[in-house]
Amino acid sequence: MIRTFGRSALGAVSELGEISLFGFAALRGFFVQRRRVSKLIVAIHEVGVRCFPIVATVGLFTGLVMGLQLYYTLVKFGAESALGTAVALSLIRELGPVLTALMVVGQAGSAMASELGIQRNDEQIDALYTMSIDPKGFLVGPRLLAAVLCFPLLTAIFDLIGIFGGYLTGSVLLNVDSGVYWNRVFESVSLEDVQGGFIKALVFGFLTILICAYRGFNTHRKASFPGVRGVSESATRAVVWSSVTVLATDYLITSFLL
Amino acid sequence: MDTFLKIRGLKKHFGASRVLDGVDLEVARSSVTTIIGKSGIGKSVLLKCIANLLTPDAGEILLDGKSIARSRRGSKAQDGVSFSYMFQNNALFDSLTAFENIALPLLEATHLKPAEIREKVEAMLQNLELEDSAGRYPGELSGGMKKRVALARALITNPQVVLFDEPTTGLDPERKFSVFEMIADYRERFGFTALLVSHDIPEVFEISDRVAWLDGGVIKFFGKPSELNADAESGLSGFLNKANYGRSQQINTAGNRI
Repeated sequence: MIRTFGRSALGAVSELGEISLFGFAALRGFFVQRRRVSKLIVAIHEVGVRCFPIVATVGLFTGLVMGLQLYYTLVKFGAESALGTAVALSLIRELGPVLTALMVVGQAGSAMASELGIQRNDEQIDALYTMSIDPKGFLVGPRLLAAVLCFPLLTAIFDLIGIFGGYLTGSVLLNVDSGVYWNRVFESVSLEDVQGGFIKALVFGFLTILICAYRGFNTHRKASFPGVRGVSESATRAVVWSSVTVLATDYLITSFLL
Repeated sequence: MDTFLKIRGLKKHFGASRVLDGVDLEVARSSVTTIIGKSGIGKSVLLKCIANLLTPDAGEILLDGKSIARSRRGSKAQDGVSFSYMFQNNALFDSLTAFENIALPLLEATHLKPAEIREKVEAMLQNLELEDSAGRYPGELSGGMKKRVALARALITNPQVVLFDEPTTGLDPERKFSVFEMIADYRERFGFTALLVSHDIPEVFEISDRVAWLDGGVIKFFGKPSELNADAESGLSGFLNKANYGRSQQINTAGNRI
């Protein structure tokens, strides 16, 4: 049993090292690429623009639900006037970065893992090597940078729409005074809260896209099956591991920030 | 013979399967050498070892007298020798048009100006009768057209060594001949050294200076196509007879084109 545990631990550490080197090689490779700006724009469209509708939608419904749930909790203590504080802080500190990351993983991360897996199986990645184009810099580097740029912005959009959703249920539907709601939002949210949320968004963005890209890029080595099943396995594992990573790092970052 | 590519004792195994078990091969400069053999015997593995896409377990590959570094990937900078590889399944990028696929190595790995790239690609498209397909995506092209786009991409950089992995699979007889003629014509014009893997026996012999028969992990025959004897009692004759070589030789003796 100890041997099995030791082997698993060594495997995990080795995989972590491999992922780190992969990320480093992708970023280094990107900066020696030609037409970097156009590649980055395409990646921003993929990671940022395409994910905007789903992030906005989930942000709105999260805010609406939070407005409802928190109102009925706070009203028991006669503290419904604190609704703005509760909604804003929960979203900015915690739910915004986490749910945004999970949504982007579901939308862009899974697509990226599948695309890279298919490119691996179809020998397109090998073709890049033979054309003297660094595949990590060409395919992964722009997406990593795009994630670092887009995640904080998407998180900010999620937070704003979520707070507005809380206002809709709290003030428009349940008659909490709108002036009180917005006043509590502005009063309670400090720069540290926003910074903490953005730090989380940056870390989640980099880690999730790195994991998804790594799984897709290494489909031929990491998947248990070749071909289409291997691609499907890579995409599934990419989403699962990215989601677990988001929650685990969220706990770690929160522990350090509080 | 002015040896350009020399392979000594090349070995490669996958698990328990010894695919290459001591391959020795010498390829003359600006010649066309065709590797024949049964499916799954390791012909593509040999090409991938030469292109540095696979790392051999043992042996040495010398290009122009210099050893290819095993750990290095890519083709352009292998001791100053430029490589190209035409993949069996074409390995075209689905999200790029035929024009963009052909231009990719020039855009990403050379310092040519956009106007020069356009000129070169348009000339190549014209040579391969692909002008009407320039703006179409690989998914919109027929199998034969995809092959020609892949061929155009392999030749666009005027490489010194071109590795062709079954360049005519899936083409009709007319297109097969035109591809072979084009390889011969380009070799004549640009003087590259070509290494082909092909099952198109005996058509491919028309453009081959040498033929290498890979069997049991080693090269068992290496010589001119005219030295192939389908009537002799050997494994090679059995293979050639199955490939209809004996019959076509008889047809050829009768004065008809193979």
